[in-house]
Amino acid sequence: MSSTYSNTKPLAATPRPAVRIALIGCNHRTAPVEFRERVAFTAEQARAAANSLRQQGILQEAVVLSTCNRSELYGVRADGGAPATDAMEEFLTSFHRIPRSDFDGRFYRWTGRDAIQHLYRVAAGLDSMLLGEAEILGQLRTAYSQALEQGSTGPVLNRAFQGALEVGKRIRAETEVGARPMSVAFAGVKLAERVFGNLKGRAALIVGAGTVAEQVIEHLRNRGIGRLQVVNRSLDHAEELASRMDGKAVPWQSLETVLAMPDVIVTSVGGSEPVLTRAMLESALGSRGGRPVFIVDLGVPRNVAATAADLYNLYVYNIDDLGEIVEQNRRAREAEIPRAEAIIAEHVGKFEAWRAALEAGSIVDELRGRFNRHREELLRERMEAMPSISDEERQRLAEITGDLVDRLLAEPAERLRQAHAVRGHLGALDALRHLFGITEKSRKDERDE
Amino acid sequence: MHQYMTYVSIAVYAASFICYAWILYAPNAWVGRLASVLLASGIVSHYFALIERSHWIHAVPYDDLYGSMSLFAWLLAVTYLGLEFLHRQRSVGALVTSLLVVWIALVAKFAPDRIVEPPTARGPLFALHVTLNTWAYAAFALSFILSVVYLLQDRVLRSRHTSATFWRFPALDVLDRMARSSVYVGLVTMIVGVSLGFLYQRRLTGAISWTDPKVVVTLAIFLIYLAYLALSRTSRWRGARAARICALNFAVVLFSYTLVNLYLTGFHRFL
Repeated sequence: MSSTYSNTKPLAATPRPAVRIALIGCNHRTAPVEFRERVAFTAEQARAAANSLRQQGILQEAVVLSTCNRSELYGVRADGGAPATDAMEEFLTSFHRIPRSDFDGRFYRWTGRDAIQHLYRVAAGLDSMLLGEAEILGQLRTAYSQALEQGSTGPVLNRAFQGALEVGKRIRAETEVGARPMSVAFAGVKLAERVFGNLKGRAALIVGAGTVAEQVIEHLRNRGIGRLQVVNRSLDHAEELASRMDGKAVPWQSLETVLAMPDVIVTSVGGSEPVLTRAMLESALGSRGGRPVFIVDLGVPRNVAATAADLYNLYVYNIDDLGEIVEQNRRAREAEIPRAEAIIAEHVGKFEAWRAALEAGSIVDELRGRFNRHREELLRERMEAMPSISDEERQRLAEITGDLVDRLLAEPAERLRQAHAVRGHLGALDALRHLFGITEKSRKDERDE
Repeated sequence: MHQYMTYVSIAVYAASFICYAWILYAPNAWVGRLASVLLASGIVSHYFALIERSHWIHAVPYDDLYGSMSLFAWLLAVTYLGLEFLHRQRSVGALVTSLLVVWIALVAKFAPDRIVEPPTARGPLFALHVTLNTWAYAAFALSFILSVVYLLQDRVLRSRHTSATFWRFPALDVLDRMARSSVYVGLVTMIVGVSLGFLYQRRLTGAISWTDPKVVVTLAIFLIYLAYLALSRTSRWRGARAARICALNFAVVLFSYTLVNLYLTGFHRFL
């Protein structure tokens, strides 16, 4: 209601930010793959879901993260009220047409600090099936970029996801959590790098084929390997693989002659006898001037003669050796979890400080509005009993009392707005709310007025 | 004796060591850059420490064994920093800086608190001769460190028991190239340094003393490092065997730097 006693300074007209993040989701730990398939989102579905959630007024901000191991929905409630996990769950049941009873025990629900902590752990790869895997960070970035492009994020989720990406990068840079190879194929390539350094421009020979061998080739290609030759007992298979991998097929009979060329050899051939004998490798090493050769032997039984392992400048790793290294790396990654958790705790603290500062600003606005309403009521009551006071004097009194309210709130407002001063003092904000009776209900009532 | 700048350089090298060790434990580009900057700062402060010592003894810093050792450490740091930039590889920095800290601390602790007699030999030619030869020794010391790391890495690769450090240290190929670069630096500085020495001796005495043990051992060092460079390209010696040769060669350098200097030579005594 407008009156002569209204504050000359307008109240904050912008909507007050809602800063409580809610999350519901499931992952490989809580739900089997059959269920995860039912609640997965394609990129298109993720966009549609985020839009619907906002259009229906369930969430003000929304991001959907869907990978083969997890489906998660992050949101901030539209009215800034209590966490919206129930409404989000309701939405998911109808979106995927799944009975609500199927969700029981398979979905986790986190709000506030816990939701942020979970998001940061996901970004760090601590919540992944393969501890510290790097792909999740890319998937998280894609999900966030998509949401950002369609405008379904806001200040809170922007802050949260940018923080998560920073956490993910920091943990991979500063800890061993994502440093060491965790797959046999990647371990083979990383070990080759321990010999040659940069693999760019090096030559590779693939003997045979197989899933793991193809993964090794993929890693080699990603590292800019130069010449790639493929040898197979079946020339057709060799040509097929070579064309897919941008290499050159070589007949099986030429194996011995091409052995002198490659720096890295990957073997994956069936058969009871070794394909590469000591004599063949000795001759190849001699032909290449003793330059080192790294062999990844993925064959079972082994494709490289055991007696060749001690040849000078020849490094042979078989499937068991690589498996053992992967196991060592897994243990090393696990040992790094406390350091990663410490980084996460630091960033969760930063986010909470930012949230506290945001909430503090919101509370100050609430208080200012409330004080001004009391001031206006008081002036109206008192002025009715003093009809001799002119309009000009009334206006003057309104201004003076308005300034008094502003002065009273100036210092607390400044202190509350300084993030570093309120870090870890969210309890104080709660106390303030309690002291002045600022609840969601009271906020809503005041807005309705 | 005033050694303020020596203590400053020890502190800066130690800080650099902490950063280098940190990036071995937890790689971080900024900490890595800081490590290099601190090492460069250590080199600058160490330079002033050498000047400080020169002022105090009224002679060149390498006038006695302690000054010579300090100069050696300074040139080792300079050579390493150069190789670090050349090969873009910081993971050996922790080893080098830890050696620098221990080495300079020992020099500071045991350096005599008395003014030594001014050297009979002096002048820019002589100064260059000594500095370049000390630089050669420092470069050979660095190649020794790199070769030892190579052999350790090779052993780990063959044992198949990896550790965090294994994944952080440079690849065998990089270590090999760094060691060879270091030997090249050593050989070039040695050729120029020895030539200047001969020139200086000829001016001083009118002859060159080819039979002095110091000269003989220096030429032997020159030949064994040349042999290393040649063998490290052959199929039979390339790799770990060459690294072993390089590491063993340094024993001859140590022999020349200590026993020969102290007891055998007629004109290279620094006591």
